[in-house]
Amino acid sequence: MTDGGTGGHVTLGGGPWAQRHGGGGPALLGDPGPLLSVRAVSKAFGGITAVSQVTLIVDGGESVGLVGPNGAGKTTLFNCICGQLKPDGGTVEFDGNELGSMPTYKRARLGIGRTYQRIEVFPDMSVREHLLVAERARRGDGRLWKDLVNLSSPTPDELARVNEVLELVGLADKASTPVSALGLGLCRLVELGRALVAQPKLLMADEPSSGLDVHETHELANVLRTLQRERGMAVLLVEHDLGMVGEVVDRAIVMDLGQVIAEGTFDEVMAHPEVRHAYLGTSG
Amino acid sequence: MVHFLGFAVPGIPNGCTFALFAIGLILTYQATGVFNFAFAAQAYTSAFVYGLLCLHGWPVWFAFLVSVVILAPALGLGFDYFLFRRIPNTNSTAKVVTGISLLVGIPSLLTVIFGNQQLDAPPSLLFNADTVYFHLFGVTDLPINGIDIGTVIVTVVVLVAMVVLLRYTSMGLKMRGSVESRRLIQLDGVNADRVVAFSWAVSSFLAGLAGVLFAHQLAPVQPENYQLLLITAIAAAAWGRLRSMPVAALVAIVLGVIESVAPAYLPTGGFLNAVVVPVIPMIVLALALLFVPGLRSLDDSKDPLASIDPPTPPTAAASRAPTMDRIIRTGWYALLVVFVVSMLTWMPVLWEGVFNEGLAFSVIFLSITLITGMGGQLSLAQATLAGVGAFTTGLLFYHFGFNELSGGIVGAVLASVVAVALALLSLRLRGLGLALMTLAAAVFFDQGVFNQPQVQPQSGALSLIPLSNPKWPGPVGIFERNGHWLFVVCMVVLVLVTLAVLQIRKGTTGHYLGAMRGSETGAAGLGINLSWQRIMIFALSGAVAGIGGTLFAYYQTSVTPNYFNVDFSLVFVVVVVTTGVSTVEGAIQAGIGLTVTFQLVTYLPGRLGGQSLVFVLFAFGALTYAAHPEGVLEFQKRRSTLRFERLLFSGSGRGASPGDQGPQAAAAVAPEGGGRGD
Repeated sequence: MTDGGTGGHVTLGGGPWAQRHGGGGPALLGDPGPLLSVRAVSKAFGGITAVSQVTLIVDGGESVGLVGPNGAGKTTLFNCICGQLKPDGGTVEFDGNELGSMPTYKRARLGIGRTYQRIEVFPDMSVREHLLVAERARRGDGRLWKDLVNLSSPTPDELARVNEVLELVGLADKASTPVSALGLGLCRLVELGRALVAQPKLLMADEPSSGLDVHETHELANVLRTLQRERGMAVLLVEHDLGMVGEVVDRAIVMDLGQVIAEGTFDEVMAHPEVRHAYLGTSG
Repeated sequence: MVHFLGFAVPGIPNGCTFALFAIGLILTYQATGVFNFAFAAQAYTSAFVYGLLCLHGWPVWFAFLVSVVILAPALGLGFDYFLFRRIPNTNSTAKVVTGISLLVGIPSLLTVIFGNQQLDAPPSLLFNADTVYFHLFGVTDLPINGIDIGTVIVTVVVLVAMVVLLRYTSMGLKMRGSVESRRLIQLDGVNADRVVAFSWAVSSFLAGLAGVLFAHQLAPVQPENYQLLLITAIAAAAWGRLRSMPVAALVAIVLGVIESVAPAYLPTGGFLNAVVVPVIPMIVLALALLFVPGLRSLDDSKDPLASIDPPTPPTAAASRAPTMDRIIRTGWYALLVVFVVSMLTWMPVLWEGVFNEGLAFSVIFLSITLITGMGGQLSLAQATLAGVGAFTTGLLFYHFGFNELSGGIVGAVLASVVAVALALLSLRLRGLGLALMTLAAAVFFDQGVFNQPQVQPQSGALSLIPLSNPKWPGPVGIFERNGHWLFVVCMVVLVLVTLAVLQIRKGTTGHYLGAMRGSETGAAGLGINLSWQRIMIFALSGAVAGIGGTLFAYYQTSVTPNYFNVDFSLVFVVVVVTTGVSTVEGAIQAGIGLTVTFQLVTYLPGRLGGQSLVFVLFAFGALTYAAHPEGVLEFQKRRSTLRFERLLFSGSGRGASPGDQGPQAAAAVAPEGGGRGD
């Protein structure tokens, strides 16, 4: 890997990223606590209640799976947490901040990273540009005068961070490729890398394995597990591939028809009768 | 009461006029997903042909048959088959640009074909226009003539028929289904193409009917009258959320009554009567866009099959091989040197003026590159912003003796402030909603600001001829307006603005804008403040347009509203999307190309239409926007470059173009931050 400055292969857990990340905040191993606190959040669209009185907690450094059948309200809840939808009721706190009516971009700068169920990439940009934009946006950097006097070229430090993440998600050889030339699976990895380069305290991944083959899904699960266990990044994962969820999460929350119906370890919730009913239509 | 009714009652047929247009707009939008800016042009075409046939002695019924029953639906079917059918449902910008191109191009095409025909009031379609058939409530002050009766009857019949068609027939159901995705509904066994074609035929018939019905009232038959009617109809349709025909009809009639009553009850010559009344429809439209929730999500319609659309191809500069790139860049620099030397030495005065004007236009067009090419926001008010800069400079010159430089700077700042105000009003609007808001602003300035006596202290044109006793802040006339100095100033300004735009594009701001253009959801999720980005790009674009407007005014040595009206705003969009909206190269080619073409057509016989021919050419170019969003000229450049490369490098393998391997591969080797050409 060419990392533009750090040299050599990325050492998970001991590289510059982890050192920077260790600078503060509750999202660290050994510093568990409620990083994300969702209390009694509800959201209805017309007469349809998509999310009803949902309460959940994600601790710092914890990996939580949010599963449930289609239409359970998982993505709507994600959108309420990220600020893309305004909940009808309830509160969302992140890292000690009441999010209230805080706009999406400010939530992102607080440390909420996100990938999307429906791909949200920037077709005019290359893979590397996606990550560079995310790196700048995280810091709210982007002064117009810097552009005008040619002071906004990527710094070696920024390029190093971007290359590190590209290597991590397996896109180093596609760094200069425009995303419009990539397939769905690789676009999902671009989204993941874009979210990771911003060094989020919480990564909210919405069906990240959709479009990936079995091998790629396994690799993705490895990446998520590494991020969580070695770097202390909390992960909130919405995923239909229950095998991957079982690989990644410490705890699982099951939603159905807008409500939380079970919570516990992955094996526990999968054995729960209501969950089996929700998925299979049978209590057996 | 009778006094009130005396003004209110004539307003009802006027309101019905607006209502019929509004119903047609809603039908097209509901049935095809296209907001048909060309509706006014279609109405004008039918009225024009109807008037022409009547003028040549054909009976009214025959003229109606040809212009409304045959021509109007045929025009709509043509639009669908050749244009709108090929535009993906989710590409609202392409739909708006295509509609505007038709709005600009069709009346010009008629002028090219038939020459400048003066069509005074053609015969009324249904009843005798001059006959008073009865008096309302028996009051002699409330006469009802044939036009009034015909307008109301036709509007009511059309309203009922269209509501029944859309809500209670299986065809109506299919029409509504086709809006979301004609590709998807085909999977259910519906012949969506036929359904949409039917929708276009019906809505175009309505346009033709409205055009002919009101030809007598709107005489002489001119496209401008139909455009103004369209704006009012849009305001009514907006309050009906582009869904409800009855609500739109009601609002249209209320607007008709207000426009009729207000002047009678407001002080003659007062501010309200002179400024506010002419812009009531624009205010109503702006209020609808601000407060009617459904209008904010006009572009939320997602075609589930949108992902099968191919990506936008790269620009010519991004797709050519490095060797070819060097050759072309060197060629451009050489051309620039030759141009500058020629302008300063042997260029005839006539052509010197043409190029100076072109340079001023290029600066204005760079404002479109910023806001549309980089920001992804379609503004229909760029000529207005240029006008704000020009009028500010002119007024400062006229009242205070400001010189060109200081006046121009203040003008650019004020244009930027107006643009920011527009951005703040449009923060929640996207695509079509934003286009409508900027259109409302353009007409607002056109009708309510630029032609006011305070802005036009000298009747007709605000002269910029230097004062003999300059006041503050220094000598007036730091450069001569015609000649080398004006060229030097225009060139320096253009180079500075071009460099600034290039720096912004390759910098962080450009990447943020690229992210916003690609996916607002994704960009906000990264921490990009979209509102700030939008305000900033509006501000920059306004400032650049203001600077360009000032240069243009100094070239003209006067400022007149005619140069900065809404028609020019529409033409500007059409011209720039033809040459390439995403590159500074495109903006400069548009500016120079427009004025050079204007000059060239003066050498052609007058019967070919003069300037109208230029508008037709650019409108046809812009009609290809859906197929070539990079600009048809840009597309041709890329193709020519590839051919030239093959010729130059055939067999050697050197300098093989990435464009040979398709757009993806081409873009893959584009330099970081430079993938959109120069």
